[in-house]
Amino acid sequence: MSIIAPTDAAGVVAAIRAAHDAATPLAICGNASKSGLLRPVQAANTLSTSGIAGITLYSPQELILAAGPGTRVADLAQAVAAKGQHLISEPPDLSAFYGNATPGTLGGMVATNLSGPRRVMWGATRDHVMGVVAVNGSGEQIHSGGRVLKNVTGLDLCKLLTGSHGTLAVMTEITLKVLPVPERRGTLVLKGLDPARAVAALSCALGSPYAVSGAAHLPAAMATQVPALAWIGDSVTLARIEDFAPAVAYRTERLRAELAEFGAVELLDDAASVAAWAAIRDVTPMVSDPGAVWRVSVRPSAGPAVIAALSQAFDARWFMDWGGGLLWIAGPATAATHQAVIAAAGQGAWTLMRAPESLRAAVPVIPPEAPALARIARKVKAAFDPRSILNPGRMVAGL
Amino acid sequence: MIAQPEPKQAVMARRDAIIAGLRKLVPETGVIGDPLRLKPYETDGLSAYRQVPLAVVLPETTEQVAAVMAFCHREGVRVVPRGAGTSLSGGALPMADSVVVGLMRMNRILDIDYADRCAVVQAGVTNIGITQAVQAEGFFYAPDPSSQLACMIGGNVNMNSGGAHCLRYGVTANNLLGLRMVTVDGEILDIGGAHLDAAGYDWLGLMTGSEGMLAVVTEVTVRILRSPEGARAMLAAFKANEIAGACVDAIIGSGIIPVALEFMDRPAIHACEAFAHAGYPLDAEAMLIIEVEGSIAEQDYMLDRIRDICNRFDPVSIKVSQSAEESLAIWKGRKGAFGAVGRISPDYLCMDGTIPTSRLAEVLGRIGEMSAACGLQVANIFHAGDGNLHPLIMFDANDPSSFHKAERFGADILKLCVEVGGCLTGEHGVGVEKRDLMGVQFSEIELEQQRRVKSAFDPQWLLNPSKVFPLKPELPRAA
Ligand SMILES: Cc1cc2nc3c(=O)[nH]c(=O)nc-3n(C[C@H](O)[C@H](O)[C@H](O)COP(=O)(O)OP(=O)(O)OC[C@H]3O[C@@H](n4cnc5c(N)ncnc54)[C@H](O)[C@@H]3O)c2cc1C
Repeated sequence: MSIIAPTDAAGVVAAIRAAHDAATPLAICGNASKSGLLRPVQAANTLSTSGIAGITLYSPQELILAAGPGTRVADLAQAVAAKGQHLISEPPDLSAFYGNATPGTLGGMVATNLSGPRRVMWGATRDHVMGVVAVNGSGEQIHSGGRVLKNVTGLDLCKLLTGSHGTLAVMTEITLKVLPVPERRGTLVLKGLDPARAVAALSCALGSPYAVSGAAHLPAAMATQVPALAWIGDSVTLARIEDFAPAVAYRTERLRAELAEFGAVELLDDAASVAAWAAIRDVTPMVSDPGAVWRVSVRPSAGPAVIAALSQAFDARWFMDWGGGLLWIAGPATAATHQAVIAAAGQGAWTLMRAPESLRAAVPVIPPEAPALARIARKVKAAFDPRSILNPGRMVAGL
Repeated sequence: MIAQPEPKQAVMARRDAIIAGLRKLVPETGVIGDPLRLKPYETDGLSAYRQVPLAVVLPETTEQVAAVMAFCHREGVRVVPRGAGTSLSGGALPMADSVVVGLMRMNRILDIDYADRCAVVQAGVTNIGITQAVQAEGFFYAPDPSSQLACMIGGNVNMNSGGAHCLRYGVTANNLLGLRMVTVDGEILDIGGAHLDAAGYDWLGLMTGSEGMLAVVTEVTVRILRSPEGARAMLAAFKANEIAGACVDAIIGSGIIPVALEFMDRPAIHACEAFAHAGYPLDAEAMLIIEVEGSIAEQDYMLDRIRDICNRFDPVSIKVSQSAEESLAIWKGRKGAFGAVGRISPDYLCMDGTIPTSRLAEVLGRIGEMSAACGLQVANIFHAGDGNLHPLIMFDANDPSSFHKAERFGADILKLCVEVGGCLTGEHGVGVEKRDLMGVQFSEIELEQQRRVKSAFDPQWLLNPSKVFPLKPELPRAA
């Protein structure tokens, strides 16, 4: 098993051409910090984009940032912070969650389309990918989008490649939209709500005119895992407002009044707010959980019923983000638990985020598609990667 | 006349049988074959191009759409999906041998869920119709194209339409949750739903902006948002395009993202003022309309900060609205821009490139030179925050040479947009209008990649086949 880590796009082209010609699969990764996600890939060789690093364009007034896929997300965050800006979707740092010290890269962030709490108001990572340059499975260089914020020229391959987990093409440059960091953050906290009341409160907050940009609920056992929240000693329901200082002061007061029917509302200050939401973003409450972890995206009002069903089925540990629309669930790493999660998720989408390799290899890790769509998916895969050499089987067995 | 794929003679010859077949699939009034009644469907918002279709069918349910698609697929008939027909790029232009599938009868709102902040609507619901259905509860659907009274959500999805407020709220793609759609061979598919994130490939993202080439959309699940407490506009006028452009940079650089940030050049200001009497400064070279949202105190705070920034750029004038009426007056001219230009010139082409905002002054300068060289007037309206430029090129449709000059001028502007790092279209789509310019922005390898994705959905190229890509002689002809 060899690792190829080119330092430029030409190196990626060469590696993929060689693999294409020999019809030998490649495992595609950045720093492999999320190799514990989805299905294990069987490939003789690994192609890593970790060597294609560095910011290639940053124009703060144009809200545009481009970089090589190997650039560490933390480095990007730091570079934009120096200009008072941030990565909009609040991408998680899952290195602790996956039990490694490896920093995640931009390529991995975009290939997995993982987003943090701010997604509920400001969109997912896929909403802010403005351009990609990539190499398809035949070794051809393609680009989609560009370095401008509005672009509908041709099919939107940026969206298709984002979240495709390296199965369609290998990205060699990515352009993101960024935004100014709001001047201040304030987080309202309700204590002791059950899941149904919590989702009702969060629905009220998200349905308010105050632009709530984070809406989470952690049962007491999860909240104690987060230093910024542990002191509360009960379940916590959180609503965040990020804006100019006077707006945060005004909006948190108004929202506090609107949420009064759900109990006494406390306010986390800026620093505690930052710490609490970073922990939710990074799935900190489940870092030391011994079980498997699922991420389930449902209609927010369905969240409590999913939780109830899973708590019946097994010893489920869980917390909610996105106003109840995102459920993080931990439980025994068994096929039976997995089936229970699938059954409870119903119409929603689910992802097996962390589990022993044996389980990830044995079960579908994302929802199977309807037959007609699965047929299209196979043709789309072939349209990019006719010899099926890029991350085969990473998302779906046999694809 | 715009080039179209060769009509399939086998289909043309079976016209009557095809119409009879369609009549079995939808209610009596839902099939149009009479040449006179086909006339309204011969063009869309780009009226320079016209082609009467073979027939029009107006289904009322997803199942009827599926039956029509399966039938057309069996018969090898090309299909052009159509919403309100307001496309400015000829996206809904029929082919002589095509059946137009019009979604306008599918105009029902199926579900509104305020707790989960989403609504399910049929594809033929108008853009404004969604906001109207939810505004009594204080909600709205964010993307607001200027055509919102007429254009339909299915068309918005397929064009990925934007609007004046997309700087804050994003374009159509950022406000969708799910689709029900019918494939070219008549299968009904659901993608996404009421949840935020799907796993697997981003079909929703791929479908958005696919210009009717991948599937027929019949139902759309959109996000609805709570309306802000209020909104207020201000107007700032400057002595030069460069100065107004630098002011936009300074506003965004200061960390303020207004909900709207619109730029008009001197010809646009004059045209709009003559039409709307909005009180625009006629002595300025460039003008910004800036809108902020929030409570009155929040609006004051933001507008004060923006005014301070504008004052650093030697403004000709600044007017901060003090009321909803004054804000309306400020917007009145901008919103009437198309009508205003239409008054000066019988015909105009509305272009739609995007440029890096830092290149604005330079691009406007070069457009001015091109205008002088070809003798056609142009007024520029610009979504300044996101770089989306709308030059309105005025010409006389009664004079064919004037139209061709306008087309060439438009193409040169779009090439310039690409040259400075931008793109051919920010929100109106490629359609037929910009199809032959695709090679300016994409290599042949890249176009082939996109074509293969279309083929994955539509192997025989029956679905809106003459759009987006330069026509190729080897385009599949017969089924
Ligand atoms: C005065 C005016 C102002 C405008 N302002 C804006 C603006 O501010 N921003 C903006 O983005 N656009 C604007 N437009 C352009 C136009 O309104 C948009 O592109 C709009 O989304 C088109 O919607 P429609 O229902 O008219 O679609 P149509 O014109 O009927 O169709 C557009 C394309 O979508 C396809 N299509 C339509 N419905 C479906 C469906 N259900 N399934 C599959 N394919 C389908 C068609 O085949 C075609 O390719 C403007 C147009 C006019 C005339």
